[in-house]
Amino acid sequence: MADLPARFQPASDQCLLVSFGDRIDPAASLRVRRLLRLLELNPVRGVVNLHPAYCSVLIRFDALATEHGELEALLRPLLGNLDKVPLPESREVEVPVCYGGEFGADLADVAGLHGMTPAQVVARHSSAAYTVDFLGFAPGFGYLSGLPEELATPRLPVPRRSVPAGSVGIAGNQAGVYPFATAGGWRLIGRTPVAMFRPDRQPMSLLSIGDRVRFRAISVEEFAE
Amino acid sequence: MILVEAPGLFTTVQDLGRMGFGSIGVSPSGAADSLALRAGNRLLGNREGAAALEMTLAGGIFFFPNGAVAALAGSDFNATLDDAAVFPWQAFHIRPGGRLRTGHTRSGARCYLCVRGGIEVEPFLGSASTHVLSGLGGFQGRRLKNGDILSIANCQKTEPKPHLALPDVLMPRKTLRVTDAPQSGWFSEAARSIFYGSGYTVTEEANRMGLRLEGPAIPAPGGGQMITEGVALGAVQIPSGGKPIILFVEQQTTGGYPKIANVISADMSSVGQLRPRDEIRFERVDQSTARALLGEQEEAIRAIH
Repeated sequence: MADLPARFQPASDQCLLVSFGDRIDPAASLRVRRLLRLLELNPVRGVVNLHPAYCSVLIRFDALATEHGELEALLRPLLGNLDKVPLPESREVEVPVCYGGEFGADLADVAGLHGMTPAQVVARHSSAAYTVDFLGFAPGFGYLSGLPEELATPRLPVPRRSVPAGSVGIAGNQAGVYPFATAGGWRLIGRTPVAMFRPDRQPMSLLSIGDRVRFRAISVEEFAE
Repeated sequence: MILVEAPGLFTTVQDLGRMGFGSIGVSPSGAADSLALRAGNRLLGNREGAAALEMTLAGGIFFFPNGAVAALAGSDFNATLDDAAVFPWQAFHIRPGGRLRTGHTRSGARCYLCVRGGIEVEPFLGSASTHVLSGLGGFQGRRLKNGDILSIANCQKTEPKPHLALPDVLMPRKTLRVTDAPQSGWFSEAARSIFYGSGYTVTEEANRMGLRLEGPAIPAPGGGQMITEGVALGAVQIPSGGKPIILFVEQQTTGGYPKIANVISADMSSVGQLRPRDEIRFERVDQSTARALLGEQEEAIRAIH
């Protein structure tokens, strides 16, 4: 695995951004997961919040307790041993999806853009294996890698004001599911009846960082159940 | 208890937010003007983070069957208690059967109704804050509506402080001080001159998630797109259209727009007092200045006792 040097940048007066390169790739993603795990298991004084992403972790700290330089000095030595940080076993999560129709308003367009039938899009989307690179944007929103190359589709030119909760979307080579009704520019191809985030469940988020995800096509009747 | 007879334009239960759940996409939320909330609670002898009602632009009407000790903090919402005027930054007693009416703001966007003991709700991830987008936390995860009944937590009968004269460092500002952000260097000199040399107007699309600004467009580097990364509170994003967006308390935790600057922590409460059509400017400071300003502010708020 390539050893990606870490870069430290102040993101605000209370945030430090640690980046591993500037590309979306599995090696960077693994380092992100390991750093997140390390900081969760061994809390560093003054650190109050962590925002992982594809190749970076944003670290929020208490600006009255520490500052960028001091935090960087604490973190640098830890990074040398990052590859030894054990990660929890990846779980397999299946997400049932009712594709197309009123649930997937953009399925026909996506198929059209790629010269496929909607059924071919569904077959490819539901046969691929995805990985949760990180959770971000909104509670329980997983950024999934693993979308088949031939389904990569640009975002909508104008985002929707409101995307229904459970909408299954694609944007570029990313896949994801909207846990809540939010504005959004991803192309919607289906919807899941499963709650992606529930405060009365442990863990609250259906998806965790590092999980393996598969989508399974279901009928409108199954969706209604 | 408090009976909501009219909720106002947009009223939610807020405390100082829930920190530490960024890795599952949950932003802290919490009071838009945390300094006002803290000062209001200090006036009442509450802990600083006790939950209160955050009113936006126009406040509601609240009936107190059992009375209460209360304080308004933040902007002046033209309040009356049983028809006598009450002003922010002073604690007052509400008799059993008393009614507090708040109206349209005379100054900034937000006013807090703090009560001795604090508002009592079921915490979500350790906080009473309403997270509006996800419908979680606060009172049933939503803004208040007519007929809602809120509980006030039991408390010691501490004597409230008299009127508070707000020191300058706690006053809301219209010139927001910012530090560099991770992509500041991506912007051309010309782009940065536009940003720092222009006034920007707060649009109607200004809420707890973020504030969209109108004003001279800033040429966005990389077509206004980049690899998604974690975003800081107060980040000033420049999307492809070139109109800045300030990320606020109920922000998305990650984002894919380049950021030209980041509002300093000491000025985040000022952002919470911005109204649509307010004109603001940005002033660049370095990290040590930002830290010093935060320290000064912290000292001022701790002096309220």
